[in-house]
Amino acid sequence: MSDHEYTPKSKAGRWFNDRLPLLTLANHLTDYPTPKNLNYWWTFGGILTFCLITQIVTGLVLAMHYIAHADMAFESVEHIMRDVNYGWLIRYIHANGASMFFLAVYIHIFRSLFYGSYKSPREIIWIIGIIIYLLMMAAAFMGYVLPWGQMSFWGATVITNLFSAIPFVGEGVVTWLWGGYSVDNPTLTRFFTLHYLIPFLILGLVVLHIWALHVPGNNNPVGIDVKKPSKDTVPFHPYIVIKDGFALLMFMIVFAFFVFYAPNILGHADNYIEANPLVTPAHIVPEWYLLPFYAILRSVPDKLLGVVAMLSAILILAVLPWLDTSKIRSAVFRPLYKQFYWILVADVLILGYVGAMPAEGLYLLIARVATAYYFLHFLVILPVLGLKERTIPLPLSITEPVLGGSPNMAMAKKKESKIE
Amino acid sequence: MSDKKPERRDFLFTATYAVGAVGAAAVVWPLVDQMNPDASVKALASTEVDVSSLKRGNTITVLWRGKPVFIRRRTQEEIDVARSVKMEDLIHPEKDEDRAKNPEWLVMLGVCTHLGCVPLNDKGDYDGWFCPCHGSHYDTSGRIRKGPAPWNMEVPKYEFVNANTIKIG
Repeated sequence: MSDHEYTPKSKAGRWFNDRLPLLTLANHLTDYPTPKNLNYWWTFGGILTFCLITQIVTGLVLAMHYIAHADMAFESVEHIMRDVNYGWLIRYIHANGASMFFLAVYIHIFRSLFYGSYKSPREIIWIIGIIIYLLMMAAAFMGYVLPWGQMSFWGATVITNLFSAIPFVGEGVVTWLWGGYSVDNPTLTRFFTLHYLIPFLILGLVVLHIWALHVPGNNNPVGIDVKKPSKDTVPFHPYIVIKDGFALLMFMIVFAFFVFYAPNILGHADNYIEANPLVTPAHIVPEWYLLPFYAILRSVPDKLLGVVAMLSAILILAVLPWLDTSKIRSAVFRPLYKQFYWILVADVLILGYVGAMPAEGLYLLIARVATAYYFLHFLVILPVLGLKERTIPLPLSITEPVLGGSPNMAMAKKKESKIE
Repeated sequence: MSDKKPERRDFLFTATYAVGAVGAAAVVWPLVDQMNPDASVKALASTEVDVSSLKRGNTITVLWRGKPVFIRRRTQEEIDVARSVKMEDLIHPEKDEDRAKNPEWLVMLGVCTHLGCVPLNDKGDYDGWFCPCHGSHYDTSGRIRKGPAPWNMEVPKYEFVNANTIKIG
């Protein structure tokens, strides 16, 4: 937070700002002091904002042509693809945009895990982030239902049936969600409504996420607090704006590759077959970004416990700030945590892979081991590690490793350990 | 808690909160209940099916309340296998006699009780049905024998209107 009082230069500006201090807010956002050692992993907040805006704009346009009715939805999507001017482009941006959104959010989450951004005093930022992530999954799932293809229909059937695992009231809850005795037109219309609503809820939460961020300020790669703002920070504009902008351009190249060269590679061919309640596709898989959780669901042989395990896998993240007992934020100074971090990354990737495979034989065994390890990481390794681990001494300030003659964090670390 | 005597104002507050809560609940209920099946959905509660052309060992699938219903005319061998199973071998013990009153005809919802996929006919380790989604095996009586599904496939309410017609629902 900038500590100086801001007064607009012009008389009109002062008149307006006294009545609604929007200019003060704008000034805060441009002058916002940012740790000067932020690396490119910190650019994904901006990229995610771009993704959200892209989804809202393209979604708004698609809603002008889409018809939310079980008899017409599938054809209206084909109509968008074939007849609507640039409809193919807008739909491919929206469909691949969802994948890009998740790609960016996973990098953003794993950046927090590596650098300990979820730790005190940033727990609220983290928890709001997890809520946004949950809403993203809900929005993505319901959006996938709207084209009313085979995967839409059966994905909706399988996911809504998860609620039937709730003891006693489960069946009633599922009927209530469906508005009938199976996934049908009432389900489609309500999913469309909610799919339209959720992005705006996310937008509101993003404002809170950034607000909560601007109270303590950014974490940074060495994970220590800003000691002297004049030395350790740079103003958000132009320094971070330019860096974020450059990263966004790189990201858009990847995005454009999918949109123009491989628009269907992340989707499933079965979704170009219209929904048929009598035939289940031979192999139902969710979108790639939900696969690790799907693998956890299938690895438990009991229906209720499978659902509980899947939900716990997500919700356990919300209490992560209290499971990780280490006071040191950045993995750079936690040699053991750093290794466990990469094992967790591998574990999640393995879960994603087996989630896409049939749940049998060796795949099932791997899924079970990986599921067990996932929970072991959060429930056992993190709490114990924080108490047992011998960490590397922290630099005195954000500036110190830079002035110490080594801009490279690994070198700085090596130097530190030698001093030790 | 203080041992101060409740005043008239405390009573007013409590009464206001109570009435407010009841009022809020009364307003929320229509908003929640509108999502339950509506009158037109409930009106489609029964279906009549002509089964005269169905041969032994074959299954037809019909749609009832948006859900597939399997009607299988079982062979003698299938019936014998289904009736000879010991109850202690079953995950969800139900006698075949209770599931198929007329042993030749098995009528049940073609919905896997795990997560609602449609199982495939004449497949699986028990020569009944097999769910391709998460690998549940059902026997010739539609009972769960292996896999994640917790219950047997559900037998809906149905009756023979005449020798050739089944009314489901």
